[in-house]
Formats: sequence, structure tokens, C-alpha cells
Amino acid sequence: MSDVLLPSAELAYSAPDAAGFYGPYGGTFVPETVVPALAELAAAYEQALADPAFTEEFAYLLRDYVGRPSPLYRADRLAEAVGLGAVYLKREDLNHTGAHKVNNTIGQCLLARRMGKKRVIAETGAGQHGVATATIAALMGMECAIFMGTEDIRRQALNVYKMRLLGAEVIPVADGTGTLADAVTAALRHWVERVEDTFYVIGSALGPHPYPRMVRDFQSVIGTEALAQLEEKGVGHLDAVIACIGGGSNAIGTFYPFLSALPADQRPLLVGAEAAGLGLESGRHGAALTKGSPGVLHGFYSYLLQDDAGNPLEAYSISAGLDYPGVGPEHSYLKDEGLVRYEGVTDAEALAAFALLTRTEGIIPAIESSHALALLPRLAAELGSEAVVMVTVSGRGDKDMDIVREAGLGG
Amino acid sequence: MGDTPSRLADAFPADRAALITYLMAGYPDRATSLASLRAAAGAGADVIELGVPYGDPLADGPVIAEAAKVAREQSGGFGLAESIALAAEFIGPDEAGAMPPVVLMTYLNPMMRFGLPGAADEMRRAGVAGVIVPDMPPEAARAWLTVSSGIDTVFLAAPTSTDERLAVVAGASGGFVYCVSSTGVTGERAEIASGLGELVGRIRAHTALPVAVGFGVSTPEQAAEVARIADGVIVGSAIVKRQRDAAAVAELVGELRSAVGGGEA
Repeated sequence: MSDVLLPSAELAYSAPDAAGFYGPYGGTFVPETVVPALAELAAAYEQALADPAFTEEFAYLLRDYVGRPSPLYRADRLAEAVGLGAVYLKREDLNHTGAHKVNNTIGQCLLARRMGKKRVIAETGAGQHGVATATIAALMGMECAIFMGTEDIRRQALNVYKMRLLGAEVIPVADGTGTLADAVTAALRHWVERVEDTFYVIGSALGPHPYPRMVRDFQSVIGTEALAQLEEKGVGHLDAVIACIGGGSNAIGTFYPFLSALPADQRPLLVGAEAAGLGLESGRHGAALTKGSPGVLHGFYSYLLQDDAGNPLEAYSISAGLDYPGVGPEHSYLKDEGLVRYEGVTDAEALAAFALLTRTEGIIPAIESSHALALLPRLAAELGSEAVVMVTVSGRGDKDMDIVREAGLGG
Repeated sequence: MGDTPSRLADAFPADRAALITYLMAGYPDRATSLASLRAAAGAGADVIELGVPYGDPLADGPVIAEAAKVAREQSGGFGLAESIALAAEFIGPDEAGAMPPVVLMTYLNPMMRFGLPGAADEMRRAGVAGVIVPDMPPEAARAWLTVSSGIDTVFLAAPTSTDERLAVVAGASGGFVYCVSSTGVTGERAEIASGLGELVGRIRAHTALPVAVGFGVSTPEQAAEVARIADGVIVGSAIVKRQRDAAAVAELVGELRSAVGGGEA
């Protein structure tokens, strides 16, 4: 891939526009109370990006605190097991706090500090974003409150304990199904009340503008590093890149550098793995892109699981991190433009992939990341046994031990 | 937008503050909500704000969120279409008749799901005078405003709004401007925010439309206090709490009406 980083006149990918729209998706659909705060945030973010002191501190913390760059590991036994020529794993599971989430919380907490905010809040599903936010709040001496659904608190008890150890207050959200969507709503409501002294650290590439773009930019370190690592390793050809999609932050962070640095005819196939839960036809899944329709939820316009009256539907996945009825707006745009392909992966397929990576490579992935890994056999069938594929392993599986044990893995 | 006649603006009396009462459509059931609407009108409400049940009521506190949930969980569900039909029955065939004008409070997604032009047609047919869409700031309203002629769109002004934004909000509003009394969601508060008078003054600098204050106004004492500052007083959660009993709604609305001035309904 020696020539892939050269600028090209054919690069046309420039979303979002100044108002935060990716084609028709994205935007700012929020109560007036927080509109001025979002405008202020967008302006502060632009200033920060142009300030070397900000970008240097971000890079420094990613390197010396998180341990970046995360390795790009060639998983030969896995490749053999799934019938591919080579599989490269982008190891976000090796980051401090165990997932990609920390890339974004460092960026947003640095921005919060720059804006003079001493208190941060966040929503969390699986608890990874909550832990990552609580961690950086501890590092920066900020007050921290994490909103988490009661069902997720039950599913992810270890992460709840970690957040409390780190000094964060965990606020249980019993509304609705007690999962991620309810936690986002509760955090947004709280932010509307405390907007003057509180910074809302959104955990995925969603929410009102400028969050989707900001989160994408902070997570783009994943794909940017991967492009450089592929070149270093002399990988001249890559057929496909896979990442899992809940809100879609590790996926957009993986895909965006491929979209922005490579002309269309040199891009690998980009594939997002959505949670198909108990099956795409079961009505029990989190596959907004595959089965949803465009609508507004949580301040932005995007594909959404909704009923005929426009109410958001309850999402379901074995994975608390993919259990969300919407999806980041840029993914909706990428789907419509045909720039990324999105496929559903069931709970059972994800569990099988979890077991496979664990047994072939000695790497225990998060159940979220297992959805991405589950696409490897499908791509082998489609692309052939010589194909070279990269997968972003967004996080490690320690938090999922109870879930996989309940599912009967490991005997 | 003040050049066209507005049933909402005209409902604000010249000599006292208007009383705007919020009720949740279909709560606890259709018949009871209709009885409560009629009770509120009979007890002297100047404008009826009719809430549309929605599954993610981001701007609402626990009382209204719970009422929406109960309304939605009825057999067949209760959403925008059912709320408009309820409004039509309440308003009756004679638009210029005895009932106070109805402004729908709905989140944006039910309107988008319905289709914006179709939603506007249905509202006009029902005689709905206006809409309040809390997650649709003026910048996000272009598509709606192109299809909603004849329906006033009331935008919200907040304590956090800059003067620049107040100009945008006031300039885009029809009927009246909805002034959010304090940051946070709807629901009862112990006291009226101290900076309210100043905020209302800042809004008035940008518009000739009436300015009505809502969020956190629940008691007759608070209503009287707000009535001295603003052109209209919006009471929601305190009424919704009593909505299972039309007589209790009538009693509270009567007290609120006395409190805003001119005791005669």
C-alpha cells in the first residue's frame, strides 16, 4: 500500500457540511435550551483542532497513557480456521481501559477542560464508555456522573464497580427497557438541566452536531494507524475491512481514514456488522441500518428502529454495546451512498466467533467485537481463500464472562 | 409572521395574561382525556395545549412522560393521528365556535413518520391552530414551515438563548413565543426562576407576539407571579396529574384562571 497515502484529486468524501449534515442525515434536533451550548461546543472544537497545544496533548495521551499505537496483528490460525489468506486484527482491546472508547473520552475531556467545564456526564451501555469517561475524569480531576440502564447495570456489574472505584457516580436509569437508549435520554435530559456547568461526553458517533463528527475525528486514530501499519508491514492489497456497529464509533473511526485517504477504486470493501440479535426477522435485534427507516431520535436524523407512529422501538442484542435502536448519522449516509455495506450478525454467530478467536489465537474479544469477527467466514465464502481482511477488535471480553458463561460457552 | 391573522395570538386577552393549559391526549384513555379537555375549556382556559404521546419525550419530566406512556399503551396505541382526531372532536365542526384554540405539542419524529405535508393537512382539517415541537429549533424547521401555512408554529426561547438566538426564535414563531422558565425538563418547581422577568423582556425586544411562560409553573400563586411578568402562563404537569378526574381538572383550571386575573371565565 505504498502509494495509498498520497493525496488524490479523486477524493470526494467531505461529509459533514457546516451544519453537521451527512447528506440528509445528522443535524441538530434538540430543545432550544441546549442549542447555544452545541453552537459553543462546535466553535470550541474548531478552535481546538487548529491549536497545536490541543492536538499534541491528545496525541501524547494516546501514546503514553493509552499505549497507542495499538498493534495490527496478523492472526494466522484464525485466518486458517475461517479460510482466508490473511486476517489482520486492529487491537483496540489492548488499549488502557480495554476498548476503543478511551480515544474519544480523552478528546472530549480535553475539550471540556479547555472550555472550563469541571463536571462531565456520560451514558453507557456495556459500561466501556462509562469506564473510559470515569478514567479520564479521574486523570483530569473532574467530577463525573454516568447514566446507565438498570438492565445493563445487571449485565455489566464489573464495569459498574470499576466506575465507582474511579470516583464516578453511577446513576441507574429504570425508564423503558433500562438499556442504552434510555441512558442516552436520561443523560440528555440531565444535560438540558445542567448545561451551564456540565459537559456531556457522548460515547458514540451520534447525537446532535457536532458530536458525530467530533467522535469520528477522535476515533479516526484507529484507521489512520492501520493504514500506516499496513504499509509498514508491506501489505500491498487489502480486500475488506470489518468493524461492528452499535452507534458506530469504532467503525467510523476505522472506515473514515480509508474513505478520506483513498480514492474509491482503491478502497477495500468496507463492512459494518450490526446486531441481528435473535434474527433479522425476529423483531428482536438492533439492526437499524438493515431493518430501520429514517427518523429523529436523540437529536439527530438517521436510520432508526421505529413503529408506525414514530416511537423508537426497543432494540435487542446479547451485547449491551450494540443494543441501540438508532445508529450514527454518517453510517446512514454511507449506506445510502453505497460506500459501506452493512450486515446483521446474530447472537449465536457472535458467540461462535467469540469462541473461535479465543481458541485459535488466545484473544478473548468483547461480545460487540465478536459481531465483526463473525463476518469473516461470510467474506471468505464471498472473496475466496486468498483474500486479505482487517477486523477492528474494538474491545476485550473480560466484561462479558458472565454473559458467555450463561450462553453455555466453555462448559 | 405577525401579519397573518392568528387564532392563537387573538386568544391572548388585552387586559390580563392568558391561561394555557396542557393536557395529554389519550390519557388515561380517550374518553377521559376529552372530558378533561372540555373541563379545562369550561373552567376558563384561553388556549389548550394538547400533548401528543411519544416514546422518547426528551423535554418532559416524569409526570408527562408517564402520562404519555399510559396513553401509548392503550390497545391500538395513541399517537399523532389519534391526537389530531381527538382535537377535531374537541374543537367541533364550528372552528370559530366556543372552544379555545388548540395548539399541539408533539415531538418531531411522529410528524416526520406521518409525513410533514400530510400532518399539516390533517391538522388544518381538524382546526388545530398551532404546533409546539420542542426538538425542532427554527434551523431544523424549514421543511415543516414550507408546508404548514395556516398553522402557527410556536418556537421555544430558553434562559440559555443568546440575544442573537432570541431574534431567530421570535422571528420564526407564529401565534406566540414559548418562554422556557428555567433549564431542565417540564414539571413542577418550588419557585419561579429569578431571571424570568429579564428573559421575557429580552424576548419582547424582538417581537410583537405575546410571550407565554411554561416549565415549572404549577400553583395558582406561581401562575399569578408569572402573569405579572408575561402575556401568558402555561401549566402542564400539575393539570396532567389531575387528568384522570375531569372535575379536579376544572377545579385547578378555575383557580389558575382566577390567579392570572379577571376571575370570570
